[in-house]
Amino acid sequence: MQIEIKEAGKTYIENGQEFTALEGVNLNIEKGEFICLLGPSGCGKSTLLNAIAGFDPVNCGSIKIDGEEVKEPSTRNVTIFQNYGLLPWRTVLSNVELGLEPMKIPKEERRSIAENYIKLVGLMEFKDSYPRQLSGGMQQRVAIARALAVDPDILFMDEPFGALDAITRMKLQDDILEICKNEKKTIIFVTHDIEEAVFLADRIVVMTPNPGKVKSVVNVPLTHYRDRTSADFLLVRDKIFELFNLKSDTYIEYNI
Amino acid sequence: MKRLLSIKNVIVSLAILIGVWQILFVVSDFSPTLFPSPLQAFWALVDMCVDGTLFTNIATSMYRFAIGYISSIVVAVILGLILGRLPGIFKYVNPTVQLLRPISPTAWMPFIVLLFGIGDVPAIVIIFIAAFFPVLLSTVAAVGNIDPIYLKVSKNFGIRQPQLMWKVIFPAAFPQIANGVHLALGTAWIFLVAGEMVGAQSGLGYQIIDARNNVRADILLATIIVIGLIGLLLDTLLKIIEKKVLKAWGGVK
Repeated sequence: MQIEIKEAGKTYIENGQEFTALEGVNLNIEKGEFICLLGPSGCGKSTLLNAIAGFDPVNCGSIKIDGEEVKEPSTRNVTIFQNYGLLPWRTVLSNVELGLEPMKIPKEERRSIAENYIKLVGLMEFKDSYPRQLSGGMQQRVAIARALAVDPDILFMDEPFGALDAITRMKLQDDILEICKNEKKTIIFVTHDIEEAVFLADRIVVMTPNPGKVKSVVNVPLTHYRDRTSADFLLVRDKIFELFNLKSDTYIEYNI
Repeated sequence: MKRLLSIKNVIVSLAILIGVWQILFVVSDFSPTLFPSPLQAFWALVDMCVDGTLFTNIATSMYRFAIGYISSIVVAVILGLILGRLPGIFKYVNPTVQLLRPISPTAWMPFIVLLFGIGDVPAIVIIFIAAFFPVLLSTVAAVGNIDPIYLKVSKNFGIRQPQLMWKVIFPAAFPQIANGVHLALGTAWIFLVAGEMVGAQSGLGYQIIDARNNVRADILLATIIVIGLIGLLLDTLLKIIEKKVLKAWGGVK
């Protein structure tokens, strides 16, 4: 077990009032799993991701990665953001090299690692371009290459395709699956898009708001390279739809 | 085409200025010694060029300006970057800055002359003060306005100080810092003249006082025009450099 979440909760004090963003989350994640945190806004999915990634640790319960309590971001686990987080004054190549710079790697080796990953995301001809010269989808590919370049154990993705148009989004979903199968990373992926979750995840963590908590965890028994129009796909999707309409507070583990 | 147009604009604009000046000269009752015509000022300018006093004074002023302005920017930017990252400390520095900032640098002049005497130092100190506060405050603000995602990404990749400062914070804040540096150039140039009028025996500011003492209004006006032209030139130069650097930064369209 790689990630172990026990009774995790997060409360904020806002204008003197206590506000519960996340409550009683229990979840175990195995190495190499693709997990989607799915839910409407305010359900605490980003809060949970930020807590696992170490940007904003929980204040109740515990989150452990490889047996160690998460207190701050680790270079072993890289987060990919919705708005890419590329440095606009650096070229694509130099952006991808960013994470390699604090590691004591010789310059040529750094360059060749970066180029490999730029090749992997198919942007070799843009390696000397600046982020502003690229489309949103291409910028997110650069961010993915930058994350993969440091060879992380876990990738955290916070609505990474949320700002992209539907077609680019589907293309990137295909790509991320392809890349992950080859790279064998654990991925925690936040989304509010049900189809995206069903298309990508091994397990979908369905979350509901007020306060943010896990309603249920749905196993997706489909193989990768899913057909978005197949009957199995639609069945899983319907199950999720049903979950969001259900008012029950009981915790159900689905095995479809 | 755009460039040609702007040259045309400059010529027309200056022609109007000289025209208004000439009309005022013709209609006013002042003695030509006190209110000279554009042509008189022009000949005074030619004389100063021929005997070389103009160039000596320009060189002296530029030397003071360069030292005062550059040292001020270096100190203000470094201090601003540090204070921008330490808002807890800046809270205690800011009131003092806000107290000192509205004081005209010339108000310090008698004090500075008492301490350092007449010469290069008072003018340099005045320029230093004039450029210091706008650059300091714009740098602190720039650091505060950095998109937090850059810091999140840096933290995630384990980029620590001092790399964080020069790899991420400084470049991210740079466009806004450059803006402050640019604004401070004009202010500093204005106060160079003030500084030299009181605290120096050479330079363009002194040349104005000297012209007044000798009742040479033609030299006086010629010098004023030279000061304006150099100010315009410095501003244009900095605009060009700023554009080049920002382009290299890749951040701004």
